[in-house]
Amino acid sequence: MTAIEVQGLHKTYGGRKVVDGVSFDVGEGEIFGILGPNGAGKTTTVECVEGLRTPDEGRVRVCGYDPTTQRSELTGVLGVQLQESELQARLTVREALDLYASFYERPADRHALAERLGLLPHLRTRFGKLSGGQKQRVFIALALLGDPRVVVLDELTTGLDPRARREAWELVESIRDSGVTVLLVTHFMEEAQRLCDRIAVLDRGRIAALDTPEGLIGRSAAAKEISFAAGTPLDPADLRALPGAASVATKDRRTIVSGTEETVAAFVSLLARRGVTAGQLRVADATLDDAYLDLTGSELR
Amino acid sequence: MSTTSPAAAVLRTEIRLFTREPGALFWVMASPTVLTVILGLIPSFREASEDLGGRRVIDLYVPVSVLFALIMAAVQSMPAVLSGYRERGILRRMSTTPVRPATLLAAQIALYAAATLVSAVLVITVGRLAFGVALPGNLVAYVLALLLTVAAGLALGATVCAVSRTQGIAYAVGSAVAFPAMFTAGVWVPVQAMPDTLQRIVGLSPFGAASQALDAAASGGWPGWTELGVLALWTAVLTGASVRWFRWE
Repeated sequence: MTAIEVQGLHKTYGGRKVVDGVSFDVGEGEIFGILGPNGAGKTTTVECVEGLRTPDEGRVRVCGYDPTTQRSELTGVLGVQLQESELQARLTVREALDLYASFYERPADRHALAERLGLLPHLRTRFGKLSGGQKQRVFIALALLGDPRVVVLDELTTGLDPRARREAWELVESIRDSGVTVLLVTHFMEEAQRLCDRIAVLDRGRIAALDTPEGLIGRSAAAKEISFAAGTPLDPADLRALPGAASVATKDRRTIVSGTEETVAAFVSLLARRGVTAGQLRVADATLDDAYLDLTGSELR
Repeated sequence: MSTTSPAAAVLRTEIRLFTREPGALFWVMASPTVLTVILGLIPSFREASEDLGGRRVIDLYVPVSVLFALIMAAVQSMPAVLSGYRERGILRRMSTTPVRPATLLAAQIALYAAATLVSAVLVITVGRLAFGVALPGNLVAYVLALLLTVAAGLALGATVCAVSRTQGIAYAVGSAVAFPAMFTAGVWVPVQAMPDTLQRIVGLSPFGAASQALDAAASGGWPGWTELGVLALWTAVLTGASVRWFRWE
């Protein structure tokens, strides 16, 4: 069953194509990531899913409902955490939960939700006094108050410290484990790699790639990275000639060879042939970061 | 679980938040009464004046203080709060729930209307008890004029909010509008004490017309059709303008 369906989405602002033909399906129970640099059209895409914007062209369905024409059905199945949103600073956490619960016919159990999100000790705290991580947990709680089937989390961890970020990731996983489909917008590679079942890489309003994190990395020409101390007596020409080698570079007194599994095997036999020991040898899998750069040819802005 | 209607819950929340804003509480609820008391303490303001048809300055200042409450509520407080809600994504947040963000706007308008009326009652009561200012002579006319005035004031505040992109701008525009509003309401010189020509010009502004309408009803008469017409026209025009220009984000 498809939770979210986006077909041929277009949105133009002031002559600039912000979203230019984006299509993807999100299956029920999936954590689907939308990854891309600022200005890639991520937020506009999810705003069309949330019903906050009307697409110029294209078809959007959430659990079969059209966000622009079936608002009341949509808000019954979709929970939303917005990027850069606030609550009234003098509203306490308990009051916010009570208020938003009153909006739904059958709200989720507030106490259980607050407990699950670690908000019980902060129920009497005013929103303005909460830390960034606590605020985001309140917004996750609000997104889940209507007992939705799908939640959209837009830049959930932007501005959080590493520890709060990790806590937020655990929460996202627990949301999925409770059977809710998650659409996650992020510009953090590590986050997408850790959480998402599939990722759509957005670049300048288009989908540059759509795959599992492993698939995206494997697709890249530089899936493996071999590095060793720069003093090792090996001819750079030999390194460049290794099968599948994508690049050879020296950085921080280490020589770095990017390539594939085949490159690694050939490198090991090259060492054996020359009778050379490579100091501080490391072989690492490329990260989604590398794959992203390779796929879109652009830096994260 | 929850049995209250969303609109009631939103209104209750906004009332609660209003009581947590010491600034708004002071300016809307307390300062009009403080103004009345300060003016009432000036001995010469408690003496009947030939120029004012045998009335005292303090008699004129009770309706003016009521208008002052409205200006503080509708022009100074409400636009800043509402544009803050818009700027900080609170309206957007709400529009992703089954409740429309217009509910929040309605709650704000109801809250500031109610706050103004409570503050008005406070001013009138203190004026009566402390300085013997007569209660409105024609109560029906007074209530009618006051409700129309509150409608015009809130429409003006809504327009300030609609034309202000950010909360900072809303503060600035609100203050810029509040000063002429206070002048025309008679905060510095009561409208009745203004020169004839000025009085006629001021009478075309919402607060000038309101001042004359309230004064007429306070003295036991009926406001003229001109004043009521000016108020109704301003209410209609400003409501139209605010609806036309208001942006949800």
